[in-house]
Amino acid sequence: MAIDALSTADWAAVWLTLRLATVTTVILLLVGTPLAWWLARTRSRWKGPVGAVVALPLVLPPTVLGFYLLVAMGPQGPVGRVTEALGIGLLPFTFAGLVVGSVFYSMPFVVQPLQNAFEAVGERMLEAAATLRAGPWDTFFTVVVPLARPGFVTASILGFAHTVGEFGVVLMIGGNIPERTRVVSVAIYDHVEALEYAEAHLLAGGMLVFSFVVLLALYTRKGVKAWR
Amino acid sequence: MRPFARLLAACAAALAFVAGAPAQAGGAITIVAAADLKFAMDEIVAAFRAERPEARVDVIYGSSGKFHTQIRQGAPFDLYFSADIAFPRALEAHGLTAGPTRPYAVGRIVLWSSTHDATRLTLADLADPALGRIAIANPRHAPYGMRAEEALRAAGVWEALQGRIVQGENIAQTAQFVQTGNAGVGVIALALALNPTLAQAGGYHLIDDALHEPLEQGFVITRRAADNALAHDFAAFMDGPEARAIMTRYGFALPGEAAR
Repeated sequence: MAIDALSTADWAAVWLTLRLATVTTVILLLVGTPLAWWLARTRSRWKGPVGAVVALPLVLPPTVLGFYLLVAMGPQGPVGRVTEALGIGLLPFTFAGLVVGSVFYSMPFVVQPLQNAFEAVGERMLEAAATLRAGPWDTFFTVVVPLARPGFVTASILGFAHTVGEFGVVLMIGGNIPERTRVVSVAIYDHVEALEYAEAHLLAGGMLVFSFVVLLALYTRKGVKAWR
Repeated sequence: MRPFARLLAACAAALAFVAGAPAQAGGAITIVAAADLKFAMDEIVAAFRAERPEARVDVIYGSSGKFHTQIRQGAPFDLYFSADIAFPRALEAHGLTAGPTRPYAVGRIVLWSSTHDATRLTLADLADPALGRIAIANPRHAPYGMRAEEALRAAGVWEALQGRIVQGENIAQTAQFVQTGNAGVGVIALALALNPTLAQAGGYHLIDDALHEPLEQGFVITRRAADNALAHDFAAFMDGPEARAIMTRYGFALPGEAAR
């Protein structure tokens, strides 16, 4: 039923949102895994500051991130100068720009579950692996990853879902371009502003169902201890 | 029980803190205004406050369409200044206003840039990809965006610009996209381009108003403010010479004056 009810522009927004969340989650797993491992294992005095920076998006309003990203990625900003010099052009109003924003915005939702899972693996497992002459890489992939699997699942689900739920950052750096930066949350906002409540209801209801199903899956999973 | 009593006391203190907004002796109004009024309305409110120092006047800027929706849903706003007179007229038709819609100005749109010399630009030039992205306000609900789309269509460049157009949520965000250099050129309100901050950053090209429907702007006193004397005083102040002079300085044509 929804297939006929949603306009092609709205389907484009849905597809774009899923693409953004997928790309962001993959990048966050690649970047977040070593970072979470370091945070879980290190005794460095930098552990506190780095952990705090990772957690910042939990407490900062998205407008802070959106404002700094817009200025930093603009032609006068440090990031903008680099991307222009590299021939990539400017990142605001592009899909790549949204990915950059989302990676920062969803970082704690991936790093923290991973860090908790890695900490739960424990010193003794690693020592046992070492006495069996397993190298650090070997230990990581044959001992740590299987043990921390629930953590990876939680991190992926939360990273994906949180990116789907993003609004403020996208509104500030997206420019609302169909098929490139108009994600579902922005499309809903537009429908409401234009008094198109029926269309807004369809998308908003879809978001509600999606988010509920995701969290339901998360909380009813077996061995749910990995969360936190 | 001791810690519990302390917790109760702390909660009570917190509640007393959040509840404590004392009534204003000289009355209070909340104005919502279209984003193109940002600088002009700031000055008008300052002039009004100079006459009525005891009054409390809060102004919120944003997109006209959003405020229209919010007022229909019972938002606590006393005066509504819309960039499109159709929005307050719709409120009036729904019986949500105290009195009729009053026209207060006619707005103009301009090409503006902080990275190119906009005074030498024409609408036809926008087709050149070297100018980068073109920022307009959202044509679906922001009046300045609707007029921008009409003008770009009339100039025959709308199709050529597809893929390069970025949309601001309101006209002020559109200007901000251009000011930060993230968009090469923007179609913004003349009133914003005339503000000293933006005027320093770049010149503008006035878009021929024959290319689009007029940006007729109107305001209303909302139904909830029917008995608020301060709201009626502010409405009268808008008609006075001081407010009209400020509006004229920001490039607005005023009702009752010959069109320029």
